[in-house]
Amino acid sequence: MKITFPILAVLTALLLGYGLYQALVVAPTEQTMGDVQRIFYYHVPSAWAAGLLFFVNFIASIVYLWRRNSKADAVALAAAEVGVIFCTIVLVTGPIWARPVWGIWWTWDLRLTLTLVLWLIFVSYLVLRRFSSSGQTPVIAAVLSIFGTLDIPLVYFSIWFFRTQHPQPVMGNGGSIDPRMLHAFFVNLIAFTCLGVLICWARYRVEILHRQLEETQALESLLEARGSR
Amino acid sequence: MSSTGITRATLVKDLQLEWRSKDAINSMLFFSLLVVVIFSFSFDPTAEESRRIAGGLVWVAFLFAAVVALNQTWARELRNQVLDAYRVSPAPANSLFLAKAIGNFIFVAVLEALMTPLFIVFYNLRAIGPAYQLLLVAVLGTWALVVNGTFFAAMSLRTRSREIMLPLLLFPISIPALLAMVEATRSILTGEFSAKFWIVLLVAYDVVFTMASLFLFELVLHAE
Amino acid sequence: MSYLYAAYIATWAIHVGYLTYLLRRYKRLRAEINDLERR
Repeated sequence: MKITFPILAVLTALLLGYGLYQALVVAPTEQTMGDVQRIFYYHVPSAWAAGLLFFVNFIASIVYLWRRNSKADAVALAAAEVGVIFCTIVLVTGPIWARPVWGIWWTWDLRLTLTLVLWLIFVSYLVLRRFSSSGQTPVIAAVLSIFGTLDIPLVYFSIWFFRTQHPQPVMGNGGSIDPRMLHAFFVNLIAFTCLGVLICWARYRVEILHRQLEETQALESLLEARGSR
Repeated sequence: MSSTGITRATLVKDLQLEWRSKDAINSMLFFSLLVVVIFSFSFDPTAEESRRIAGGLVWVAFLFAAVVALNQTWARELRNQVLDAYRVSPAPANSLFLAKAIGNFIFVAVLEALMTPLFIVFYNLRAIGPAYQLLLVAVLGTWALVVNGTFFAAMSLRTRSREIMLPLLLFPISIPALLAMVEATRSILTGEFSAKFWIVLLVAYDVVFTMASLFLFELVLHAE
Repeated sequence: MSYLYAAYIATWAIHVGYLTYLLRRYKRLRAEINDLERR
């Protein structure tokens, strides 16, 4: 375990570097959108990583409710937090891409809106964890995670139908994809997945350490109270 | 006592207590009136436009009124340590939840029934589509807000800033239901589209979250 | 094309910022635990 982390870190760095090279240099310039299209190589893999992490949060929450294993709870928290980071990146790069290409910063299309709602749900999850002072916060948070995940298909269908009734030009990639673009895309996809796993793992370790510290502190104060009597 | 019996008993007790004291409902009524007036000042569209945006206005107003009502759902229980008594009793947690949710539903429905005529008057509303569907949308939509609201109110009990935690949790998850309510209302008022899909979506939303709440409430009750 | 660079820089800024936060927190926790263990 101890060496896997540095190995993964090095691998991720290499993949990210290679991905950057692919995205900026090797991949051909897109016909209609120009160089700005290269944001795609960061925007979509980040969305994929965020989705993956939110899924991990969902699974970890269920495992926690089933087994009451506090490690599962730590995974859930780490995955949610890092997922929100990636989701924020999607929401930042999206408008930066949209502005020069379509002239607008934001539109309520399916993908952007879904990402925003996902972001809102998991930020509310993090706020609940931060503000809850009950000793049973993990249970409540896990339940919220289930509610949030159940909501996602409903969000998807509601926005989809809304867009069908009020159609708009789709902010997509359009047209055929050059194999070099596909290659750049997949490299970055794998690179960002590794990055997501890496950061989540790091956050998990920080969380475990934090809980260790709290337990030790609690024990300390107990012993002191006993000792002083 | 059967679980439906417990539900009914708890519900009747809540309604009786509320009817006798009338403290919550009076302030809630006035708050709802204020919301309608403020909205009418802020959004002053022409007759044509008002049909298009009335759906959104009405439901946002209902949402705010509902949040105020939901925030005090468990206040009485907290004050008198009723929750602890419930935890040790053999009564199923579901019954308590259902009673609370139905009580809230009645409460919010009363508020809506009072706010709606005001909106109709201020905005000169008239439905071009099938008006009976509005009732269906109102019932399904209100239940969607109330069932999740009651559940999240329970989850927020032991949090700092309890009053803000409820809307903070409720709003993101209610987005599909809100979209459905607003769009259905708009479709019915303008008569441009059929509201069928939205009504089906609301039914699906209500089913999913009612089952989830009933299934998971026990965990939350014991977690406080 | 400043948009392209803005997007890439923003991505990395957010990641680096978060990782810095994690690293600082890790160091602080390690220091506190070692402190407690010594006592």
